Amino acid sequence: MTAKLDHKVSRRDFIKAGLLGGSALVGVAAATRPQSGGTGAHPTEHHPEGEHDHVGTMGDVDLTRFDPSVFMAAFDWGKETREPGGRTVREWEVIGIEKDIEIAPGVWFPAWTYNGQVPGPTFRSREGDLLRVKFTNGTTHPHTIHFHGIHPPSMDGVTPNVEPGGSFTYEFEARPFGLHLYHCHTMPLKRHIHKGLYGAFIIDPAQGRPPAREFVMVMNAFDTNLDGANEVYAVNTVGFHHMRHPIPVRVGEPIRVYLVNLTEFDLVNSFHLHAGMYRLYRTGTQLDTFELTDTVTMGQGERHVLEFSLEYPGQYMFHAHQSEFAELGWMGMFEATEEAA
Amino acid sequence: MNASLSARGRLGNVLIWILPLVILALMVWAFLAGDPLRLARRDLPPIEDLAIQRIQAVSGGLRVEIFNAGAEPTTIAQVAVDDAYWSFAAEPSATLPRLGSSTLSIPYPWVQAEPVTVTLITSTGLTFSRTLEVAVEVPQPGGREFLTYGLLGIYVGIVPVGLGMLWLPALRRLGRRGMGAVLALTVGLLVFLLIDTVLEALELAAEIPGTFQGTAMVLFAALLTWLGIMAVGRSGRARGAAAPSNLFVAGLIALGIGLHNFGEGLAIGAAFALGEAALGSFLVVGFTLHNITEGVGIAAPLTRERTRLLILVGLVLLAGLPAVFGAWLGGFAFSPVLAALFLGIGAGAIWQVIVEVGALLRRQAESAGESPVNLTNLAGFFLGLVVMYVTAFLVK
Repeated sequence: MTAKLDHKVSRRDFIKAGLLGGSALVGVAAATRPQSGGTGAHPTEHHPEGEHDHVGTMGDVDLTRFDPSVFMAAFDWGKETREPGGRTVREWEVIGIEKDIEIAPGVWFPAWTYNGQVPGPTFRSREGDLLRVKFTNGTTHPHTIHFHGIHPPSMDGVTPNVEPGGSFTYEFEARPFGLHLYHCHTMPLKRHIHKGLYGAFIIDPAQGRPPAREFVMVMNAFDTNLDGANEVYAVNTVGFHHMRHPIPVRVGEPIRVYLVNLTEFDLVNSFHLHAGMYRLYRTGTQLDTFELTDTVTMGQGERHVLEFSLEYPGQYMFHAHQSEFAELGWMGMFEATEEAA
Repeated sequence: MNASLSARGRLGNVLIWILPLVILALMVWAFLAGDPLRLARRDLPPIEDLAIQRIQAVSGGLRVEIFNAGAEPTTIAQVAVDDAYWSFAAEPSATLPRLGSSTLSIPYPWVQAEPVTVTLITSTGLTFSRTLEVAVEVPQPGGREFLTYGLLGIYVGIVPVGLGMLWLPALRRLGRRGMGAVLALTVGLLVFLLIDTVLEALELAAEIPGTFQGTAMVLFAALLTWLGIMAVGRSGRARGAAAPSNLFVAGLIALGIGLHNFGEGLAIGAAFALGEAALGSFLVVGFTLHNITEGVGIAAPLTRERTRLLILVGLVLLAGLPAVFGAWLGGFAFSPVLAALFLGIGAGAIWQVIVEVGALLRRQAESAGESPVNLTNLAGFFLGLVVMYVTAFLVK
C-alpha cells in the first residue's frame, strides 16, 4: 500500500473511530499517523470521562493493515487434499517479509513477519493429518519455522537455515492434538522471536472439540527502542485494542480461547479474567482434565486452552496480572449481550 | 550619461555584494535537488532527539515541556507515565518541527512527594524519559506566591548586601593598609563568585539541548559582557581623569554582584518551585550569610569618599534586587537556557569588576610606593575566598 493511500485510509479511520468512540472506554479522538510522522493530524483533545480514567493509548491504529479482532477469529486450515489412503493433507505457503507494523496508535515497529503479519497465521489441522509448510524467505536474514509437537528432528526447523531467497518445506504428521506454537529458531533467537516471527498452531482432536466461539490470543510485546525491554504489551500485537474494540459475545455462549505466550524478555506473562472463571486445559492436550481458575501464569512457549461462558450481560475485563504489562497495553474487554445470534 | 554611469556603478556595487549569496543559493538548491547524500543515508534510521525540558506537577495532572533538538520533525505517538500509557493533550501539536516546542497536559494522578517518570514514545518507537524527583504542586503566579518569592529574593540579595554595607563606617576607620586588605578581600570574594558563576552556568549549559550550544553561549555571553562593560568604563574615563572614580568601581561591583545574585535567585526560585529545596528556610539563611561579604565588597572602594545615603541605597538595590527578580522568574517560568545565558552575562561582568578593583588596589598601593601584592593584601584576598568557600557549605 502506498503512503498516499495510507493517508486516505487514516482519514476514513478517523471517522470510523469517532463513530465507535461511544462504546469504547478509552477516548478515541485521533486519526492514525503515517509512518513518516510530520504530517498527521494529532489529538489535541480527549474524552476526559472514560470509565478507566485516562489510562491507555490515544487514537487507534490503521485497522485496514491489521485488525486484531479479525486475526483472533481467523483459522488457516491450509489447502486440503486427500492421499489415496484417505489421510488428509494440508499445505501452506509461508513467506518471510520484513514489514513495519503499527503496534500502538502511531507507533511503528520494524518487524520480521510470516506472511506480512504479526502474529503469523494460525495454522489449524486435525490429529493425524499430514502437514506441508513451504517456507520461502523474502527477507534479508536467514530464518526457519520451528513447530512445537512430535516430528522427526529433520523437520524441527532448527536446521537448516533458510537463506534469503531460499525455501524449505516442512512435512510432518499433526500430533499430538492440543494447542502448539511455531516460531523462527535462527540465532540469535531472542531477536528472531521478538521481531515477530511466531504464531499459534492448533491440532484438533480427531473427534473435534465441542462447538464454541473460538478466539486465538497470542500474548506478545515489542521492544521498540531496542534496549532489551518491552515498550508495548498486547494480545495479538496491538496494545489496548480490545479496550477500544471490546470482543462481542453472547451471554451464556460457550467461549474457547487458544492462549499462547510469546512474550520475549519478560520471564512470565499471564491471563486474568474478571467476573468469571474458566476451565484451563494445559497445553490443550487432554480433554477431561482441567483446572477452574481466573488467573494463569505462563513462561514463554507455554500455551493453554481456556473454556468459559459469561453469565451476565456487561463488560468483562481481561488482562495480564502483571499490572505493568496491563497498563502498557495488555488489557481488553469482552462485551456480553443478550442479543440473539 | 554621468547619471547612468553612476547608476551602473551602484548596480555593480550591489552585485559584488550579493554575488556570493546568489552563488550560495544556487549551490544549496543544487545540493538539495540532487541529494547526493541519499546513497549514504539509505536505510539509516531517523535520528530523533526530544528534550523533556521540564515536568511540572499541577492540579489534576502533569505539564511537560518538550523541545525537539533533533534534525527531523518528530511525532510523539504515545505517552507513558510510570510505565502506564496515559491520555494526553499536546499544545500546539504532538508533531514537533525541528527546534519546535510543545507542551503536554497529562491528566495523571501523581502522588505528593513521590517521583514520577514521563516517557514519550515517538512514531518510530524511540523513547525519551525524564523523572520529576519529587512531585509537589508548582505554585501558580498569585499574590501570595509573589510575596513569598519576593521575600526569598530579599533575604538572599538585599538583606545581606545591605548588612554588609553597614560596615562602611567601620571600614572608614581603617588605615591605608587595612583599606588595601579590604579591597583584596573584595577581589577574593569576586574570584569566588566568578568561578561559582562559571561552573553553575556550564552545569546548566550541559543540560540544555545541544542545538543551543550551551557552553559556547555561556562563554560568548561572558565575553561580550566583559567587552561591553570595559567599553562603558573607558568611554566614561576619556573625558575626565585617567582612572575611574571609586564610586564608579563600587557601582561596577554592585552590578556584577547583582548579576550573580540574579542567577542565585533563579536557582532558589526554581528549586522551591520544583520541590527540590529540601533544606527550605535553612537554605535561605545560608544564602543570607554567604552573601553578607558582598556588601563589604561594594563598600570597599568607598572608604575614602563621602557618599550620599541615597547612592548607597541605590548600590544595595543594584546588587540585591536582581535576586528578587531571579526568584520570581525561577519560581514561575524557569528556563534553563535563559538561566545559563544570565549566568554567562554575570560571569563576564564579574571578570571586568575584578579587573577594575584590581586596578584600584594597584593605584592605591603604588601611590604609597608599595607593591599591591603584599602580605596584608594576600591575607585579605585569602580571607575573601575562604569566607565565601566556607559559607557556601550552607547552601550546597
